[in-house]
Amino acid sequence: MARVLILRAPGINRDADAAAAVELAGGQPERVHVNRLAEGGVQLRDYAMLIVPGGFSYGDHMGAGKLLAVDLIHRLGEQLADFVADGRPVLGICNGFQVLVKAGILPGRTENQEPSLPRRSTSSRAAQTRGTENEVRVTLTDNSSNRFECRWVQLAANPTSPCIFTRGIERPIEVPVAHGEGRLVIGDAETESRLQQAGHVALRYVAADGSLAAYPANPNGSHGQIAGLCNAQGNVLGLMPHPENAVLPQQHPRWTRQPWRTEGDGLAIFRNAVGYAQSL
Amino acid sequence: MSHYLVTVTPRDSSTASPQALYLLAGPELTPQAVARLTAELLHDPVVQAATWCALAELPAATQAGLLAEIAYKPGVTDNEAESVLEGARRLGLTGLKTVRTLRRYPLAAGENAAERYNDLIQTVLIYQGTAAPAERRAWYEHLLETPAPVAPHVARVPIRSADDAELQRISKTGVLALDLAEMQAIRAYYASVGRDPTDGELETIAQTWSEHCSHKTFKARVRYRRRETGDGRRETGDQRPETDEHAQDAEHNNLSASFAPSAVKTTPDLYPAYHILEGGEVEINSLIKTFLMSATQQVLETRNSQLVTRNSDWVLSAFVDNAGIIAFTDDYEVSFKVETHNHPSALEPFGGANTGVGGVIRDVLGVSAKPIANTDVLCFGPFAMAEPPPGVLHPRRVCQGVVAGVRDYGNKLGIPTVNGAVLFDEGYTANPLVFCGTVGLAPRGKHPRNVQPGDAVVVLGGRTGRDGIHGATFSSEELTHTTAEEVGSAVQIGDPITEKKLLDVLLQARDMGLYSAITDCGAGGLSSAVGEMGAETGAVVELEHVPLKYAGLQPWEIWLSEAQERMVLAVPPQHLPAFLALCEAEDVEASAIGHFTDDQTLRVLHGGASVVELGMAFLHDGRPQRVLEAVWEERTKNQEPRTDLPQDKVLGSRFSVLAALKMLLAHPNIASKERIVRTYDHEVGGATVIKPLVGAALDGPGNAAVLQPLRHSMAGLAVGCGINPRYGRIDPYWMALACVDEALRNVVAVGGDPNQTAILDNFCWGDPRLPDRMAGLVRAAAGCYDAAVAFGTPYISGKDSLNNEYRDAAGNRVAIPPTLLISALAHVPDVRQCVTMDAKEPGNYIYLLGETRNELGGSHLTDLRLTIDDLRLGGVLADNQSPIANLPKVDLAAARRTFAALHGAMRAGLVRACHDLSEGGLAVAAAEMAIAGELGIQLGIEGVELRNSSTTTNESVILNAQRSILYSETPSRFLVEVAPANAAAFESAMAEVVLTRLGTVQASPQFVVRDGDDVLIDVSVADLKAAWQGGLEGSGL
Repeated sequence: MARVLILRAPGINRDADAAAAVELAGGQPERVHVNRLAEGGVQLRDYAMLIVPGGFSYGDHMGAGKLLAVDLIHRLGEQLADFVADGRPVLGICNGFQVLVKAGILPGRTENQEPSLPRRSTSSRAAQTRGTENEVRVTLTDNSSNRFECRWVQLAANPTSPCIFTRGIERPIEVPVAHGEGRLVIGDAETESRLQQAGHVALRYVAADGSLAAYPANPNGSHGQIAGLCNAQGNVLGLMPHPENAVLPQQHPRWTRQPWRTEGDGLAIFRNAVGYAQSL
Repeated sequence: MSHYLVTVTPRDSSTASPQALYLLAGPELTPQAVARLTAELLHDPVVQAATWCALAELPAATQAGLLAEIAYKPGVTDNEAESVLEGARRLGLTGLKTVRTLRRYPLAAGENAAERYNDLIQTVLIYQGTAAPAERRAWYEHLLETPAPVAPHVARVPIRSADDAELQRISKTGVLALDLAEMQAIRAYYASVGRDPTDGELETIAQTWSEHCSHKTFKARVRYRRRETGDGRRETGDQRPETDEHAQDAEHNNLSASFAPSAVKTTPDLYPAYHILEGGEVEINSLIKTFLMSATQQVLETRNSQLVTRNSDWVLSAFVDNAGIIAFTDDYEVSFKVETHNHPSALEPFGGANTGVGGVIRDVLGVSAKPIANTDVLCFGPFAMAEPPPGVLHPRRVCQGVVAGVRDYGNKLGIPTVNGAVLFDEGYTANPLVFCGTVGLAPRGKHPRNVQPGDAVVVLGGRTGRDGIHGATFSSEELTHTTAEEVGSAVQIGDPITEKKLLDVLLQARDMGLYSAITDCGAGGLSSAVGEMGAETGAVVELEHVPLKYAGLQPWEIWLSEAQERMVLAVPPQHLPAFLALCEAEDVEASAIGHFTDDQTLRVLHGGASVVELGMAFLHDGRPQRVLEAVWEERTKNQEPRTDLPQDKVLGSRFSVLAALKMLLAHPNIASKERIVRTYDHEVGGATVIKPLVGAALDGPGNAAVLQPLRHSMAGLAVGCGINPRYGRIDPYWMALACVDEALRNVVAVGGDPNQTAILDNFCWGDPRLPDRMAGLVRAAAGCYDAAVAFGTPYISGKDSLNNEYRDAAGNRVAIPPTLLISALAHVPDVRQCVTMDAKEPGNYIYLLGETRNELGGSHLTDLRLTIDDLRLGGVLADNQSPIANLPKVDLAAARRTFAALHGAMRAGLVRACHDLSEGGLAVAAAEMAIAGELGIQLGIEGVELRNSSTTTNESVILNAQRSILYSETPSRFLVEVAPANAAAFESAMAEVVLTRLGTVQASPQFVVRDGDDVLIDVSVADLKAAWQGGLEGSGL
């Protein structure tokens, strides 16, 4: 059974939800505090998959996910870079997506197979030049409504993306969002075309009829209705919505009006991930 | 010392975001480190630009116009600054020692900067953007100053020599909130021990004896009497609350004498407390014992005598722990607590509500449970108000701040906010109410209450600062136009991430069995927490071991501080190393500050000096019982409908049923609260299987939320609430029954078992020392007894917040309307049988359950902006039917039958939709079902038999009957949607309930109501939805 490390950190709060979804998908979740990994008591390489769950890590000051991103770069940089380079699945949900973006893991590089995770820099010279080498041109910031929004949305998977998490998802899936800083902003046109060409865009918000979504179907005003990004290899996915809160039939908001389902739409993402992790 | 300023500017100038400024300081802070902090931590290069400079080289800003920079006052919790320090540590930049965060706003011409900050906790600098930087630099240097150290000092208060006047002065100037009898008891105690109290002792006693901590009003001896005469004169003439302003109107006084006979028979066997109060003068020894604890006891005795299965151990803890506890499954228990945070929210809405949520979460942690859901019930002044009274924040600002504060804390803790209510009433303008509730889940039998002498006293979580001192006593005083200046220190700022870390380690410590007792550190700070936990044993605390936010606190301040996010545990010495290691592993600060003893004495030391040495017996049992007078004068006249409103808000002389429906749907109390609910995370945890917003477009107003907290069990919990201060203004007794009924209706309507429902009481009242306020409180408590006993719903926890009054400079006093919140937690046997309120399928029948009576008193219809003449012309008020006489009353026998029968029908799968009738009555409830289902509904009301109504064919009486059927707020009623195939089974299940088939669900989205051939309403559902969704326009939400 695939061992799945679910990262805990101060302010992370959907770790138990992610663990429940992994379990339902047939994986073996273990919730581990970031301090245990940093101390070396737990090794990331002993796990088949990593999830950075939702929450408000370290309070989300200076931009959501920023401080945990700094923490990951400086305390877990090597471990994490190796894990990603190994092709093992990494899933960042909501705050976890924000963390992966702000740590530079997503969208990552497209030109080669090198992971783009910035290595820990010790010299001040390296620090000063790092900005140009690894400039992150994508971010997640305040919703265009300027408020936290908790609502259900529909997501369409991009069939041309290499994303291993969204394989076989052909119809739009229904999942909730709950965030205040989920608007994806792309810094320049070059980055955007790069993201499109390499299939980084894994999930988009769509309207109920399948057409491109305007607010509130696109709940945060994300550029290009982008709900989730993956890396070029397809083994790292970050998304703002919460598939882990849509794994059971009774979690669906309209179950009292509709025929009983067998499972929630979000389970497919976890099943793909756990299956892939097991196959490695 | 090197000082720097980092300025972060949004790249998109069209956003409303201000600039973020960071002052960074440290003796060895280098420019290289500041450059790295700026580049790697303090800004997001995609959407922000950042610059930095040394303060010595501060350039002039180049923006034209006035700029305002806002910073926290020194000593106020600044969570973002703490995060910057944390980030710097992660980056290995240890030279950074001090951080201050600021926001810079351009001020529009004529803009008042005061709207952007709260001077209780923040300070502002306003300057011309092009001015020379000297003034700014001086201000920044001032912000970075650290306070000069203060020598610790223990003062003695000469109380033995004080006369009564001096005693009262000591209480007043020290914000002790103790009355003369209490001060005299303290004087006698110190005379007997032969010394004067220290400042710390006097403060400890004041906190322990405060209304907040000791509930002295609810434990008082009360002399209650009715005043039968209607001469309008009162004993407390100059202190009449605003709500009584019409009481002297002689014209209506005769109505009370002819208190209309009601269809509800108030028989002594079902309404025993009501009959006690009818009996002239009575003395009640402790409201809480007489009416609340005894109700629980009565309910449990009855259940046990009836041998209902599993009930002997259903209520596991009532009125004892920090939260009430009931059994949930064989392996798990659930706890529930609702608190208020009213005074703090009046002064600083965001911080007050934020820490209110934080406080009630700690109550649930205090019973070793995992918080699984939050509730919030909010009462504000009208947001459209022109100008609030002096010293009072505008209701719009209170409302925005409180909602944001609730959102911030609940969301960050990862606890779904699933149930609540928002009410607007002028009576809450100066005294808003913020009720915060938390439901907890725990394995059974894992909550230890077993303090042993020798156990360490451990404080963990947040550090202690000067914040929140005198919170418990300040909440026992009325608010005035100068309160903000006098007790600004009572304002608290929350730090949700510290509380989340606390939560994470406490649940692990519980599972590892590392502590022998636990309590939250709330009102009264360490003094209350240690004093309560060691009440049976004794304790010694050495204050120098308490981690402080900054130096300079006096010993008594450390002892009394209500700094947030702290818990106190008793840890057996053999577990102390493991416990401290667990805390360290998760970055939670924990300190052993003393130990429990066996000498029943509370000893507090600081550097060897005695700060407190008090016998536990005197501290906990030395307070003289209060004696309070209660004089009940029946409200002889309802509040007049308002006549001071713009003409366009007033209906024409002919009463329009349709216009009234739209106005009711847009009434702020009834209108959609979606814009609030969406900002609360109600999905986190994945257990919210019936959500607060339901229906086809997920915007319908659910009756109650349902949680499925355990993945391996289909059992659920329904959470609902009942509150109606409009009834409280008329008679708090019937308000209490209506509130219990409403809370039960909520949970029963979604599938909760009325026979397995526990409830909580929260009273918010004015000054109980005024006999009219106290009489209302007695009546409400009596109503609580009758309702709970009749319904078989025990109280498991309760709380009161009194002295919700405002006194202006001229001495005029205004009390809030008598307000009771009943919160209900119901067992749901199987969540797959739950029902939502949205209309489901065309062709299904709509039934009305329960008897409808002519009960428009206190109804929202009478709050519409109609003139009294409109009401009379329209027949809302017939001559012999005063709103007082027609206050909604609960027929307890019928209500219980209705709830049981409905629950049975739901379990049998006969119900497709169900909505309870509350504010606005039948028409509003039916409209909401149509709105939520995006379907039409056609109803005919000719089959509804209006009880307690004249049977003449006089036209005005018929009109009156239509209004009453549509808008009466008679309790205990539901609208139920049933498929035709199940109609016969449903009707037979309802054999003992008043049942009327009103009509059908329609595919075409049109809402039609007929009375025979007379079409009363014919309107598109979209029109109704627009009215309902527009009701909070202008609220700023």
